[in-house]
Amino acid sequence: MIRYALGRLTSLVISLIVASIVIFAVIEVIPGDPAAFMLGINARPDTIAALRAEMGLDQPLITRYLDWITGMLRGDFGQSWTYKTPVAELIADRIWVSLPLAIFALTLSTLVAFPAGIYAASRRGGAGDVTIMGATQLGVAIPNFWFAMILVLIFAINLRWFSAGGFPGWDNPLQAIKSLTLPAIALALPQAAILARVMRSSLLDMLGEDFIRTARAKGLSARQALWRHAVRNALIPVLTIIGLQFSFLLAGGIIIEQVFFLPGLGRLIFQSISARDLIVVESVVMLLVFTVIMVNFIVDLAYAAVDPRLRTKS
Amino acid sequence: MSLLAIKDLSLSIGNTRILHKVGLDIQAGEIVAITGESGSGKSMTAMAVMGLLPRGSVAKGEIMLNGTDILQTTESDLCTMRGNMMGIVFQEPMTALNPVQTIGAQVAETILIHEKTTKANAHKRAAAMLERVGLSVPPSRYPHELSGGQRQRVVIAMAIALRPKLLIADEPTTALDVTTQARILDLLRDLVREFDMGLLLITHDLAVVADVADKIAVMQNGCVVESGATKHLFAHMQHPYTKALFAASAHTVSLPETPASSPILQVRNVARDYPISRKAFLGPRPKFRALHDISFQINAGERVGLVGESGCGKSTLTRAILGLEDVQEGQITLDGDPVFSDKRPNLAVRRKMQVVFQDPFSSFNPRHRVDRLITEPFHLLPSPPTGQARANAIAKALTDVGLSPADAGKYIHEFSGGQRQRIAIARALIIAPELIIFDEAVSALDVSVRAQVLDLIADLCRKRPLAYLFISHDLSVVRTVTDRVMVMQAGKIVEQGETETVFTQPQHPYTQTLIAAAPKLPDLGQRG
Repeated sequence: MIRYALGRLTSLVISLIVASIVIFAVIEVIPGDPAAFMLGINARPDTIAALRAEMGLDQPLITRYLDWITGMLRGDFGQSWTYKTPVAELIADRIWVSLPLAIFALTLSTLVAFPAGIYAASRRGGAGDVTIMGATQLGVAIPNFWFAMILVLIFAINLRWFSAGGFPGWDNPLQAIKSLTLPAIALALPQAAILARVMRSSLLDMLGEDFIRTARAKGLSARQALWRHAVRNALIPVLTIIGLQFSFLLAGGIIIEQVFFLPGLGRLIFQSISARDLIVVESVVMLLVFTVIMVNFIVDLAYAAVDPRLRTKS
Repeated sequence: MSLLAIKDLSLSIGNTRILHKVGLDIQAGEIVAITGESGSGKSMTAMAVMGLLPRGSVAKGEIMLNGTDILQTTESDLCTMRGNMMGIVFQEPMTALNPVQTIGAQVAETILIHEKTTKANAHKRAAAMLERVGLSVPPSRYPHELSGGQRQRVVIAMAIALRPKLLIADEPTTALDVTTQARILDLLRDLVREFDMGLLLITHDLAVVADVADKIAVMQNGCVVESGATKHLFAHMQHPYTKALFAASAHTVSLPETPASSPILQVRNVARDYPISRKAFLGPRPKFRALHDISFQINAGERVGLVGESGCGKSTLTRAILGLEDVQEGQITLDGDPVFSDKRPNLAVRRKMQVVFQDPFSSFNPRHRVDRLITEPFHLLPSPPTGQARANAIAKALTDVGLSPADAGKYIHEFSGGQRQRIAIARALIIAPELIIFDEAVSALDVSVRAQVLDLIADLCRKRPLAYLFISHDLSVVRTVTDRVMVMQAGKIVEQGETETVFTQPQHPYTQTLIAAAPKLPDLGQRG
C-alpha cells in the first residue's frame, strides 16, 4: 500500500512539473510579447517596456520559470495587472466560494446518483429502471444554465425561499450555504444524471460476473448479492467519474457563477481573460491543474482502498 | 428414496427448447456425471437444480431434492436451501471469487447467512474448512494472490462449508492443469465419502468421467440419450451419439512419414527475462527468468509437440519464436535468419511462419469478411497477389481446410467454433509458411469438432510437407499429432524425444507425473 501510494505520489509530482512547464510555455513562449498583448494594440512602447520590466520579461526564460515556480511555492503568485492586488489574495477570496460550491454540488450529485443507479440496476428493465433512465437522459440533455434560471424563477422569484444571486460571505454560514444551494443544485443535476448512469451500468456489469453467481449459489438473495458483492466492485469506474466531475465542478462553474452572480474562480478567470491579465490566468490555471491532479491522486488512493489487487501489485 | 430425482424436466427460454424430458437420480454418497458437448444442456440442468435459472426460462417437470420439489419452491425458501442443502462449484475459479474480499470472509459468509452464529465462530469454521480442502494459505488472503487450483479449493470450501447433501460441480477442473485436476478430483471424491454427499459432476471430458463417476448420463441437444453405471455404459454403449462421443475422445490420426530433411527453426540456448516489480522504492528492478537455456530445432516437415502446465513458459517461448519479443540470451533463427532483428520482428522470417491461436471466438475482427481475414498475412509479402490471383489463393486456402470458396464473403459470426478454427488455419496456410505454430489450437473445441480439426491437420500434412510446433496441455492430442515432443517445466525443457518413446518410457520425474495425472479413457478392447 505504501509503495503504491509512493508510486502515485511520484507520478503526481511529475505531472505537476510537466503541467507547469506547459502552462508557462503557452503563456510566455508562444509568439508575441505578453506585455504588448496585455496592453492591447494601442499601447505606447514605453508602457510596454515598463510592463515588461515589471513582469520580468527581460530575464532569461529559465530564470523566469524558476521565479514563477518558487514564487508559487511560497504563496506569491505575483501582482494582478488589472486589479493591482496580489493574485494570491484574488484567488483566496474566490476559492472560498468555488471550493464549497464544488463540494456541495458533488455531494448532492453523489447522494442522488448512488441510490438512483443502484435502484435502477436492481430492477433492470422494470418500470423504476425505465423511469430513472428516462430522467437521467433528460438530466444530461438539459443545459445547466437553463435549469439554473428555472430554479431562480421558481424558488427565488415565486416562492422567495432563496435569493436570486450574490454571495454574502462566510460571516453568516447559514446564509452562505443558502446562497450556494440553488447553484449547487443546478451544477449537480447533469453530474448526478451521468453518475447514476455510470453507477447503473457498472453495477449491471458486476451483476453479470461469475462471483455474483457464486454468491447466489451460497444462498444470498439477489438483493444481498448486489449489496455485499456487486456495489463495492462497481465503485471503481464510478470513482473515476467522480474525480473527473470534481475537477469540472471547480473550474466549470463559470456559467452558473454568472447566472447566480457568485464571485468564484470561474468568474475570475473569465474576467482575467477578457482583461488580458495573463498573470492571473496563468496562476488560476496552474491552481486548477494542481487541484485536478490532487483529486486524481486521491481517487487513485481510493481505488486501492476499494481494490486489494492494487495494494499488493505495483 | 433418491437424494435427487429429476423427472421429465423440460426447459425453454422463449421459443428455444433447452432441455427436454431430462431424468436423473442421485443417491447419497454417489457420484453421477453428466457429459456431452457444449450446448447439450448440462449446465442448465445444474442451474435448474440450484433454482438459479436465467430470467425468462420456463421449466416443467419435477426436481425432487430430499423430498422438496425445487421447481415448486419459492425464491426465499430456495435462498435458505442454496449453500445449505445444495452447493455448487463452477468451472472458472479465476472469476468465481469476489476480488475485493478475503477468501476467509467469503467462506464464512456461507455460514453467516444460514446460521445464527458469531462472526468469530464463522471465521474459525471457515478456516477449518479451508484447511480441510487442502489449502495451505491463511484465510486473510485475497483471491488474486492464489493460483487457479487454490482458488478452486476455496470455491469448494465455500460450497461445502455447511455440509450440503448435494454438491454440484460444473466442469470443476476444465480450467486447471492436469496435475491440479487430479488433486481436485481426489479431493471431491474424498469429500463425497466423508460427508456422504451426492455429487453431480458435469464435464465434457469422458476420461474424467470414466475415472471418477459411479453413474453417467450422456446428454445431447437437451435430452439424456443414454445413462447407466459407468462401467456398464462404457462396455455396452447403445446410442450412436455415445459411441461417436467416445470415438471422438479417443480419436487418433495417422501422420505421414516425416521426410528426411534439414533443420529450419533453430533455437539455441535461449533465455528470456521479464522485469518484475521493485522490492524497494526506486530500487533496481529484479528479473524473472521465464525461459532457461532453451535449445531445440525443428526440421522441415517435422511435427513437434510442446507440453507443460500453465506458467511453464510455453507462451513466452511462442512469442520469442514469432519474434514478437527479443530474448536476453541465445538465438532463434529460421533458415539461418534471426527472427528478431533491429528491435522488431524480422518480416523476411515472419512470412515463413504463421500461428493459430486457441480461441476461435476472439481471434478474428468481427467487422471483416472472411476473405479479408484470411488474407491478412499477405501484408508480409513484398508483392501480395491481387485480382484473380488473390481470389484463387483465397479459394484454395478455404478449400484446403474443408470450407467452400463462397464462404469468403461471409462474416465470422456466421461460423461455428470448429469452422472458425478452420478459417484460422486457412489464414495461416495462405502464404504457404514453412512453419505453423498451433498454440492450444484445439483446446477450446468440443471433442467431435476437435477430432475433425485433427484430421484436417493430418490431411494437410499428407498434401504437402508441413512443419509445426503443436503447443497443448492435452497430452492425448499431442501424442497423436506429433512426431517428437518436448516437455517444459518452470522455463526449462526437461525432456524431449520421439513422441511415442516419451509417452511410453518417460525418463524425467515431471514427465512421469504429468502422464500419470492425465485421466485416461477406459480401454474397451473392441470399439462399437
